[in-house]
Amino acid sequence: MDNALFEYLVRLGDDSLILGHRLSEWCGHGPILEEDIAMTNIALDLVGQTTSILKYAGEVEGKGRTEDDLAFLRYEREYRNTLLVEQPNGDFGVTMMRQFLFDAFRKPLFEQLVNSSDAQIAAIAAKSLKETKYHFKHSAEWVIRLGDGTEESHERVQNALNDLWRYTDEMFFTDEVDRDLESRGITFSMEDLKNTWQETVKSVLDQATLEIPTNGWQHDGGRKGLHSEHLGYILAELQYMQRAYPGMEW
Amino acid sequence: MSNKEWPLWEVFIRSKQGLNHKHVGSLRAADAEMAVSNARDVYTRRSEGVSIWVVESSHVHASHPTDADALFEPAHSKVYRHPTFYDVPEGIEHM
Repeated sequence: MDNALFEYLVRLGDDSLILGHRLSEWCGHGPILEEDIAMTNIALDLVGQTTSILKYAGEVEGKGRTEDDLAFLRYEREYRNTLLVEQPNGDFGVTMMRQFLFDAFRKPLFEQLVNSSDAQIAAIAAKSLKETKYHFKHSAEWVIRLGDGTEESHERVQNALNDLWRYTDEMFFTDEVDRDLESRGITFSMEDLKNTWQETVKSVLDQATLEIPTNGWQHDGGRKGLHSEHLGYILAELQYMQRAYPGMEW
Repeated sequence: MSNKEWPLWEVFIRSKQGLNHKHVGSLRAADAEMAVSNARDVYTRRSEGVSIWVVESSHVHASHPTDADALFEPAHSKVYRHPTFYDVPEGIEHM
């Protein structure tokens, strides 16, 4: 089995899975009906991406695990999502800021991956890119509206940025998995990605009249399976049905 | 915090098959850009459309229901306005 490819797919898939689950928590609680539907649409896009990515991960692994087995039946330390996507929803400003920081990373990532030497990854990226372009437009517009909005919305979304900034560097985490895949043309330069991300984020935050935090401390661990205290609660909810009623379908 | 509601917008969607935008409903949004976004999320989730128009509802001027008899009833008795009184010559297809 191609260990590096499997590991990479799980990282990619788990980001979608956990953020999709987080966003789905807004279902029925959105600030307005239209936004409630928008967020659940995005959640569904992310869960859909997870399905294709983890399905392929299961095939690469070759042990007969399906996308459902991977999504619902792993233990916490086997999840490889970044810490950013597991952070709590907070208020609407926190959710939109988290989404924006992530979308600004995901869009150029899929733009790279459509050229992957791995045909399956290229196909998944092409489909996901269309969805992600809209996610980015949606979250960036909200960040600008809230940042350049009222005094209260500005303050809340600036606080959200200050709190979430420390989880951003981890999206560009690079280890032997990335180096191996890059050497095979399956993935591409993480450094290019980071430069694009920084430019995008700066341009949107400028429009939003928000200030990029200067605190340099950055967390990591998610890509190695070391998570914040929040993931356990997410998994408890996500996995409950499959753990209580193994193999159930509806 | 302000409790002022966002303005109401009327949404028109053109389907893949249709040439015209059809009214599908309404929604609230702070401005036109948000109205298009919201319309996309609320009214095109099941591939209903390929194009969206939004119009702020306050810009729509409507006939008054109480005028209905004066406006519309006179036409009821004028069936000759329908093109059903012509004989179509033989050999004309697709009519």
